[in-house]
Amino acid sequence: MAVDALTLRDVDALYGDSHVLHQVSLTLREGALLALLGRNGAGKTTCLASVIGWLKPRSGSVNVFGREVAGLSPEAVVQAGVALVPQGRRIFPTLSVRENLVVAQRGRGLWNTERVYETFPRLRERKSQAAGSLSGGEQQMLAIGRALMGNPRVLLMDEPSEGLAPQIVAEVGRIIARLCAEGLSIVLVEQNLNLALSLAQDVAIINTGRIVFTGTAAEMAADHATVDRHLGVF
Amino acid sequence: MNMRVIGGWLLVVLALAAVPVALPSAFYLGIATHALIFAIFALSLNILIGHAGMSSLGHAVYLGVPAYAVAWLTVQAGWQPVPTVIVALLMGTALSALFGILALRASGLGFLMITLALGQVMWGAAYRWVGLTGGDNGIRLPARPALLGFDLSSALSFYVLVSIVLLIALCSLWQFDRSAFGACLRGTRDQPRRMSMLGHNVWLIRWAAFITAGFWGSVAGVLYCFDYQFVSPQALSLPQSAEALLMVVLGGAGTLAGPVVGAIIITVIKTVVSSYVDRWYSLLGLTFIVVVSVMPRGLVPGIASWLRGKRA
Repeated sequence: MAVDALTLRDVDALYGDSHVLHQVSLTLREGALLALLGRNGAGKTTCLASVIGWLKPRSGSVNVFGREVAGLSPEAVVQAGVALVPQGRRIFPTLSVRENLVVAQRGRGLWNTERVYETFPRLRERKSQAAGSLSGGEQQMLAIGRALMGNPRVLLMDEPSEGLAPQIVAEVGRIIARLCAEGLSIVLVEQNLNLALSLAQDVAIINTGRIVFTGTAAEMAADHATVDRHLGVF
Repeated sequence: MNMRVIGGWLLVVLALAAVPVALPSAFYLGIATHALIFAIFALSLNILIGHAGMSSLGHAVYLGVPAYAVAWLTVQAGWQPVPTVIVALLMGTALSALFGILALRASGLGFLMITLALGQVMWGAAYRWVGLTGGDNGIRLPARPALLGFDLSSALSFYVLVSIVLLIALCSLWQFDRSAFGACLRGTRDQPRRMSMLGHNVWLIRWAAFITAGFWGSVAGVLYCFDYQFVSPQALSLPQSAEALLMVVLGGAGTLAGPVVGAIIITVIKTVVSSYVDRWYSLLGLTFIVVVSVMPRGLVPGIASWLRGKRA
């Protein structure tokens, strides 16, 4: 049996005294894209934080290609092959575009500055510019390129379409689809349902820190009751 | 390398070469040499303040300890200059590796206080451990030694040596700033959490920066001992650390030219202006206040942005 790219088993996590994740279990198949959906404050970002190591799970297991990473430091999780495109981009504004990429270079793999520039030609044009002076869309591309520079096997993306113009959202969507087609395993946290469902094979919905639905994108699209109850849109 | 960069380096070399022509007297050439040694020292502290974003008040340790090592090994142990210099540099760098482990347990104000405390410990040891350091009397070198057949006894020959070392320091730190490690260090200065998210061990990067700063501080320390041919607890003192901090902030932290400019201005005020002005400490303070009020990022970035504004 093939090993899954990422599995969370019964993960419980707390911010101080408040219990934010309750027995969360998720599976990301190798080479697939799992959309993690939910309302604001449902626990989506917290899920990613518990994978990357910012938030140590109190119990449960987090497994990356068969390797247990729960409780490890963020740098150890990244070394295990995980990369995060954080919400709000979080690039290094004072470093140049090129430096933003160079600091993230890790491991021998397909991704280097040249390949990132090929994927995002606009970054090549602005490579010597301070990253803080880029537009929101360009910063998002830089954040994605920076995550890819680590040559990850699992990519976590936290709301990559947030605050972007529709044509940029479409471009980001095309790039995510291409990365997935190239075999990268991706967890996509999104509020933009159309984008998420157009890209995802599998879907999980989280509500108040509990996983309330898991299935394929087609199953979810057909299950209007669940969508209405937990996402309150459509 | 573009023409502007080559032109800039050429200007630095020419300026260094012009000093002995413009200031032929040994007295003024000696002051220029002091200024360049402190420029190297300020550049080393700038790695911490400017690039790593960590303010230290104990950097004089890496000036004083290698200076003591040179003096003691030469006078008490009778060592030759080359092994003396190598061991002094190793001692300073090793001490920075050790003190780095202690100081980097904290950041911000905590880091500042630990470096201050470590500096005071070393100062206290130099002051009280009379058997080893000569206490307040310090250790005097009988003469400036010849290094690799290069006679350093004249003011000019020593100036040439210091200029060459400064050029090597400037080139190395320029490359350091442009390297991937330099970018990582600035990344940890601005957003340490983001750096750990990219798989970096932030502590290790800071420690490596601390040791690099310690090494270049030690280079300045060795030259300091050869320059004054004397070392006393003053070399390790808090005012010495604070003065270096002042040089970096005055000239512009995080720039290559800033610490050099700051070191030159403060050395000139200390040695030349103090002959004419009794209250030169007040003048030093006043200069600092005026500069940081008008140009909060320091003279070099301040003047650069003023010139850009004029051109636009």
